[in-house]
Amino acid sequence: MEASTTPQTSYSRLSGFADLLRSEFCKFRSVRSTYWTLFAAVAFNVVLAALAAIFLPGQLSAHEKATVDPVRLSLGGIHLSQIAFGVLGVLVITSEYTTGMIRATLSAVPQRRLMLAAKVVVFAVSALIVGVLSSVGAYFVFQAFLTDSALKTSITDPGVLRAVIGGGLFVTALGLLGLGLGAIMRASAGAIATVFGLLFVPPVLLQLLPHAWKDAIGPYIPMVAGGQIYALHPEAGALGPWTGFGLFCLYAAVALGVGFVLINRRDA
Amino acid sequence: MIEAIGLSKRYGATLAVDDLSFTVPPGRVTGFLGPNGSGKSTTMRMILGLDAPTSGSVTVNGRPYAEYRRPLFEVGALLEAKAMHGGRSAYNHLLSLGLSNGIGRARVEQVLDQVGLRGAGRKRTGGFSLGMGQRLGIAAALLGDPRVLLFDEPVNGLDPEGVLWVRNLLKSLAAEGRTVLVSSHLMGEMSITADRLIIIGRGRMIAETTVEDFLACGSGNSVRVRSAQADALAALLTTQGIAVVRRADGALTIAGTTSEAVGQIARANGIALQELSAHQPSLEERFMELTRGSVDYHAADGAIAPASE
Repeated sequence: MEASTTPQTSYSRLSGFADLLRSEFCKFRSVRSTYWTLFAAVAFNVVLAALAAIFLPGQLSAHEKATVDPVRLSLGGIHLSQIAFGVLGVLVITSEYTTGMIRATLSAVPQRRLMLAAKVVVFAVSALIVGVLSSVGAYFVFQAFLTDSALKTSITDPGVLRAVIGGGLFVTALGLLGLGLGAIMRASAGAIATVFGLLFVPPVLLQLLPHAWKDAIGPYIPMVAGGQIYALHPEAGALGPWTGFGLFCLYAAVALGVGFVLINRRDA
Repeated sequence: MIEAIGLSKRYGATLAVDDLSFTVPPGRVTGFLGPNGSGKSTTMRMILGLDAPTSGSVTVNGRPYAEYRRPLFEVGALLEAKAMHGGRSAYNHLLSLGLSNGIGRARVEQVLDQVGLRGAGRKRTGGFSLGMGQRLGIAAALLGDPRVLLFDEPVNGLDPEGVLWVRNLLKSLAAEGRTVLVSSHLMGEMSITADRLIIIGRGRMIAETTVEDFLACGSGNSVRVRSAQADALAALLTTQGIAVVRRADGALTIAGTTSEAVGQIARANGIALQELSAHQPSLEERFMELTRGSVDYHAADGAIAPASE
């Protein structure tokens, strides 16, 4: 063999990772499911904010208006849009396995963890941008359609900006939890069921437990811990916004960590 | 150059690849032959670092595949057809693979042209036929203009024109000095395309040889003779210890000798021959002979005989 004159020699670690980011972004932007899920996420956030602003004030008593979290109310669409972000996070990795594309991918990039890291970065940045924009959009649409001054808030009020941005942070972290579970399970249906099982089942199970246990465990379940970041006023007994969100990120990080360990250990 | 040393892969109780050692040299088309399930694809996945060997090792141009930072410049591979996202266009499929190795749009357009998919580049691959999927897979293998190429069953699903195209492509790649390894279960195709053969069955090496040697060394070489004095000739040959089989059409099949020897004996004894031909088994027959004991699934002979007699 002649001496290596291939780009092998001109390779630098940093430019190599930039190439992987370009590759993963190309995959991300070139399938329709990305656009559908992101469009659905934005639409849920904004449309539900408008509906809530128009119809809810008339249904609430004066006491309810005084106690309800007006920012959380404006971000009610997250209950639906989170599903889109969770599904997209899962599909980013499982679609490689279900289509067989993963073998082409890993033939081009034998450094599997770098490939997965590039996927994580591309998804996280994209989800964060769309999540924050749709959350901010929902907040201002809610304020614009609101006629009842009792529920009005200003983005400059203490905690409001954090909660609105927090809506985008929450759906991004949820998507990353999905990506981590997708990397572990390598099957779309199983990973999607697990993400939303982890999110929706613990609150239901919690209702079956004695009060003392409920109070002890309740603040730490994913939905409750993560949800505080987009609430203006943390729920009674719940963790603080950043502590709760930190714990939620930890859950996502554990799933991703296991995914990173497994991807090098298993046959593709 | 691909070098495998003692390559083995175990899945649970099954030894899919069993102690394979072989070399695939540059400048030739090496055919990788074996019945379905014999471990060809598993071996190819191990060459590409997709599956980890249970034991043994394999290197491509002297290095394990996983050590390459931009492997598309070194090795191109067509694994299975349609290992691609059906919702993505052919162009974006190639671009996403290329970008990971620093390969850009211009080269993607080139390889699309080269495989005859220029017009279908913007179409989503979900609507591709198997043959178009194969062409796209081959385009992906060519992206980095690599010195080593692996093709797993590349002619599957191709029409006759496509088969001819693949055959010529493989030969021209090898003629440029590249290392070309092609797996197939189609013996006829390999006898035309390949220079060298690696033949495996049940994960074990059966032969590593050239096509000519493979055919010549078979036990099936025989001579076919027709003569009005067939009985006399048969008796003569039998007394010399040569096995003779009489066919239903009156011809004799004589194993373990050459047509020259049979002709000499006939002439010396004044026997006129109507036909004298050397019979060399086809690649298929040789292959069946060699792999008879190593096929996992085969139809039982006479399976439809009456249950009781």
